[in-house]
Amino acid sequence: MESFAESETSPPTRRRFYLTFIYGLWGAISAALAAPALLYLFLPPKTRAESDWVEAGDVSSLQPKTPVEWVFRKNRVDGWKVSSEKQTAWVVKLSDQQLVAFGPQCTHLGCAYHWEERSSEFLCPCHSSVFSLDGSVLSGPAPRPLDRYMTKIENGKLLLGGLVEVRDQKS
Amino acid sequence: MKWKERAQIWLDHRTGIETAVRNFLYEQIPASSGWHQVFGSVALFLFLLQVFTGALLAFNYAPTPGDAYNSLRYIMAEVTGGRLMRGLHHWGASMMIVVVVLHMTQVFLYGAYKKPREATWIAGVFLLLLTLAYGLTGYLLPWDNRAYWGTVVTTQIAAQAPLVGPYLLRLLGSQGDVGVVTFARFYGLHVLLLPPATVLLIVLHVYLVRKHGVAPAPGDDARPPKKFFPEQAFRDTVAIFIAFVILFVMAVAVRVPLEQLADPTDTTYIPRPEWYFLFLFQTLKLFSGPFEVVGSVVLPTLAILLLVLVPFIDRGKMRKVTQRTFAAAVMCLAAIGWTSLTVTAIVTTPKPALAAQIDFSQPTGWLELSPIEMAGIGYFRQENCTSCHTVGDGKPKIGPDLAGSAIHKTGAWMIQHFKRPSAMVPGSAMPPIQLSDAQLNTLAAFLLKLNPQNAVALQSAPEFAVEGALIYQKSQCGSCHLVNGVGVKLGPPLNGLKRRRTEPWVEQHFRDPQSLSPGSIMPPYRFTPSEMQKLVSYLFVLPE
Repeated sequence: MESFAESETSPPTRRRFYLTFIYGLWGAISAALAAPALLYLFLPPKTRAESDWVEAGDVSSLQPKTPVEWVFRKNRVDGWKVSSEKQTAWVVKLSDQQLVAFGPQCTHLGCAYHWEERSSEFLCPCHSSVFSLDGSVLSGPAPRPLDRYMTKIENGKLLLGGLVEVRDQKS
Repeated sequence: MKWKERAQIWLDHRTGIETAVRNFLYEQIPASSGWHQVFGSVALFLFLLQVFTGALLAFNYAPTPGDAYNSLRYIMAEVTGGRLMRGLHHWGASMMIVVVVLHMTQVFLYGAYKKPREATWIAGVFLLLLTLAYGLTGYLLPWDNRAYWGTVVTTQIAAQAPLVGPYLLRLLGSQGDVGVVTFARFYGLHVLLLPPATVLLIVLHVYLVRKHGVAPAPGDDARPPKKFFPEQAFRDTVAIFIAFVILFVMAVAVRVPLEQLADPTDTTYIPRPEWYFLFLFQTLKLFSGPFEVVGSVVLPTLAILLLVLVPFIDRGKMRKVTQRTFAAAVMCLAAIGWTSLTVTAIVTTPKPALAAQIDFSQPTGWLELSPIEMAGIGYFRQENCTSCHTVGDGKPKIGPDLAGSAIHKTGAWMIQHFKRPSAMVPGSAMPPIQLSDAQLNTLAAFLLKLNPQNAVALQSAPEFAVEGALIYQKSQCGSCHLVNGVGVKLGPPLNGLKRRRTEPWVEQHFRDPQSLSPGSIMPPYRFTPSEMQKLVSYLFVLPE
């Protein structure tokens, strides 16, 4: 190793000057590239503001305590692609003041459940989970009540937002 | 320190890396070495930077026509730092051409290609060709009009090659048309084939430089050689840093073009290659008919051949750079030739008749607005509504957010409110707007269209389109024509006018409709030249 030190020709102060610049400039270049690259990779993209609320149907067509399965389309933004997806909701008018929309999947393993007209309850065919009209679990392996869409009503139309898990059995 | 040293020795015994790095850094270079020899290192740095930014872009890029364009718009408008990455990649390509040419110029002027360094020079010529190949294949990847039509011209030139033309065309996946296959081939070349080829050639090139040593100048024999590190490494670093700063500033400050989605049926588009190919493009124009092949294939091939043969033509002894007058003269002639061809090409490029350039890397939702809503933007800007109101995002101001639903009442209510704000909203501090009912109507139409989702897209409507729409409204074009589905369908709908007519035709038609469509019930219109230009630009950017 000594032989290299001997063969260096530049005087020590000048050598230090060169080294400072070499390390400093390369450090600056690396930082100027690494910072935007990290932001580019890790910051979520400014998502195109798609409305969170989707019109699902006309509220006036609902009969009290009679669930109906509504099919509606929702735009899904996936990177540069915006695709329109079919979604369904079980909509129940519990009372004149209360209207709920359940997600179409059983909370046990995600099977599609249906409304049993005779027994007036939601029945999942996979493992016989049974839910009441307000979504609470009556029997079977389902761990929690049916998931609910956020809802709001504007001009007589039902607008649906995101799906929310209902944790509490009593709610 | 002790353990660090031991780790170093351990690693060096196992890999020899330290010795290799030291041998590399402490290479002997001639005493005459200096600032003129930095360009090779800068070119290498730029290549690595292209690999880096290219890989980052590829993370958010869909390499199929159509999707490519959308994903690029996504990179530019939505991904953080995406505009910068594309800027670095785009301008980096141009800069690389410049630096590679500077490197070759230096080697040429100094005669550094002479025996025994002929192979180094030839490898360099091939690296230049590879650099150009990146430019050619990368040009198509945005899949906008510019990319598409530029590539149509390129493939047609390739088709002219004697004997191999048709095969070359088939290889490029283009038989008459540029389409999905051509795109896939260009992308494959750009990201799969060219990079490893370049790396191999660079390794060979640098190996040869090291094998023969940096070319000495006359008189170097008498002076003791220097070491590459740290003095020359310092010079290289400074040069690389300067290049990087210029590139970074360009990437931030200069807009990278993104035009509208490639439209193979657009017959009005004037294709132009990237600036470094303009001289070839211009050369092509000097030949016509059966001689076209001379400009497109024969001359470029001869030029490349000549470049390869340079070390075999100039075989004299190494001389001082100041005494190489012939080489300098050749260089000057080449520079003059290149410059005059390029300048001629730029000067003779027909200006797009109108300055209607839309930045498609921005949201373009405004294209869907009806003329009434569009004209509303004009009054919205004229009345400075944003001095008291926010629209969508931003700091709260004195008035309510105009993109919010709170202010969205009926049009009639809004017009009454514009006239006497405090009458409709007690306590309102808003001054009355002094506009006619028709004008207030357009303003209300625009505001009713506003929502938090489209606020940015609508507000980015360019001035020429807004003013065009104002003229359209004033002239009541909508009482006979449809734009974006709004108006009356008495005359022809105006969407897609660009497809059917040229701009001079439309201008003449405004002045004297009878002369172009006899029997037309359209009255003649007297517009000032600037009004005419704005209106026609607006009509020509309308979506299909």
